[in-house]
Amino acid sequence: MSGLSGRAAIVGIGQTEFSKDSGRTELQLACEAVRAALADAGVTPADVDGLVTFSQDTTEEMELGRNLGFDEITMFSRITYGGGAAAATVQQAAMAITSGAAECVVVYRAFNERSGLRFGNFGGSLSTMPLWLSWYAPFGLLSPASWIAVHARRYMHEYGVTNADFGRIAVVDRHHASTNPNAWFYGRPITIDDHQASPWVVEPVVRLLDCCQESDGGVALVITSAERARDLPQPPAIITAAAQGATGDAEMMTSYYRDTVTGLPEIGLVGRQLWQQSGLSPADIDTAFLYDHFTPFVFVQLEELGFCGLGEAKEFATIERLSVGGELPINTSGGLLGEAYIHGMNGITEVVRQIRGTAVNQVNDVEHALVTAGTGVPTSGLILSRD
Amino acid sequence: MATPLRPSISPDTEFFWNGLRERLLFIQRCSSCGALRHPPRPMCPHCLSTEWDTIESAGRGTVHSFVMPQHPQFPFMDYPYIVALIDLAEGIRLVSNLIGIEPENAWIDMPVEVCFTEFDDGFVLHQFRPEER
Ligand SMILES: [Zn+2]
Repeated sequence: MSGLSGRAAIVGIGQTEFSKDSGRTELQLACEAVRAALADAGVTPADVDGLVTFSQDTTEEMELGRNLGFDEITMFSRITYGGGAAAATVQQAAMAITSGAAECVVVYRAFNERSGLRFGNFGGSLSTMPLWLSWYAPFGLLSPASWIAVHARRYMHEYGVTNADFGRIAVVDRHHASTNPNAWFYGRPITIDDHQASPWVVEPVVRLLDCCQESDGGVALVITSAERARDLPQPPAIITAAAQGATGDAEMMTSYYRDTVTGLPEIGLVGRQLWQQSGLSPADIDTAFLYDHFTPFVFVQLEELGFCGLGEAKEFATIERLSVGGELPINTSGGLLGEAYIHGMNGITEVVRQIRGTAVNQVNDVEHALVTAGTGVPTSGLILSRD
Repeated sequence: MATPLRPSISPDTEFFWNGLRERLLFIQRCSSCGALRHPPRPMCPHCLSTEWDTIESAGRGTVHSFVMPQHPQFPFMDYPYIVALIDLAEGIRLVSNLIGIEPENAWIDMPVEVCFTEFDDGFVLHQFRPEER
């Protein structure tokens, strides 16, 4: 057990509606999500003394503060590497609380990723090409789906995996989304046949139905000490483990120069820390939210986290096992693919609801839940537990 | 023929792009320990030397992985095209296009060789084609 384990808790969650066109600014989305999280936590703006968000977020800390009426903030920080930041924002908050730098930390992430700047479609509008992208863009390799597909194609080759195998993740996510009123794909489950009929995004690895959505929306969390959490209205989601991971010879989604390109060593590093900090093992996890921007990397996460062995996800990742009622229900809100893509933060809120027992697709008797952040990039993860 | 996006070039990387204009595929080599590295960067991660020179690659290798991006469709690409991750015989890896072969005939680990494609304004890009016997 580490110094962090069990010392802090998520006590409030808030979100806006998830849509394709929010009709308002990213700043307003952030304000609304934070207001909802504070109300859920039963704390006031005056209680807030710490702020954490993504380096990519456009809402300035002080601009958020002057909208919500924050007063004295003693800790503010931002996490790099896109969606890899999601769980790390909570780690940052827990470290601040454990060290005494802050007592009540708000985490926020809000964007108009569909109606505003879209991550997957920037190629034609680059004014200056980033240096790292110069090794890929001239060859037409410049969307996140294509970057991960180069890894996944080799994975498919080495382990005998097909695109239809990856489709099981999409079916599980869409099945869970179909009963979640907040999900974009509410009421719209799919079958493997639907998946196989959807167009290629990157042949022969990623079809349209293997991709997460592009969404507008905001999510916020309130984190405080475990001790204080017990006096607040919501059942606390105790932060049992929280870790970041970056490994050698890495790039942002194009780490092609390592001996093997089939794994996700960053997630492996996060996983080893989560098990070490918590004293738990994969068998102790009742439900997980595995960052599902693209289905192939959910297979690799299952392996890197130790839920199954290397190359065994093809056998392990059955629809039955990963659905509510199965041995390891994942992405019970529908995931980034079925509910919304709020850069992984809606995975954390879903896991908190599972711990509280208030999820729409509630797993029985959840004691420990695991959540990961963006993959293919330096990343992070959490284990949350019932008090 | 569509014209591809142009790279950004820094003092650390310009030798590579300059070499392409001469139809040469350069690989950066540490002057201190001899280790090859790509993409180019100022320091050798093995010995921390900032002294380096280059070698000329023989341009032969095998396909480590390859994909056919289809969506979104970029106006600066002709479809279909193959993006390949190439294992060069010298022991480094780089991303390129695989040309001169239909996608359904390409395979992982197939032997390939470099070729150089010149675009309208004289921009030269290294690409790979099936190795000639
Ligand atoms: Zn060296």
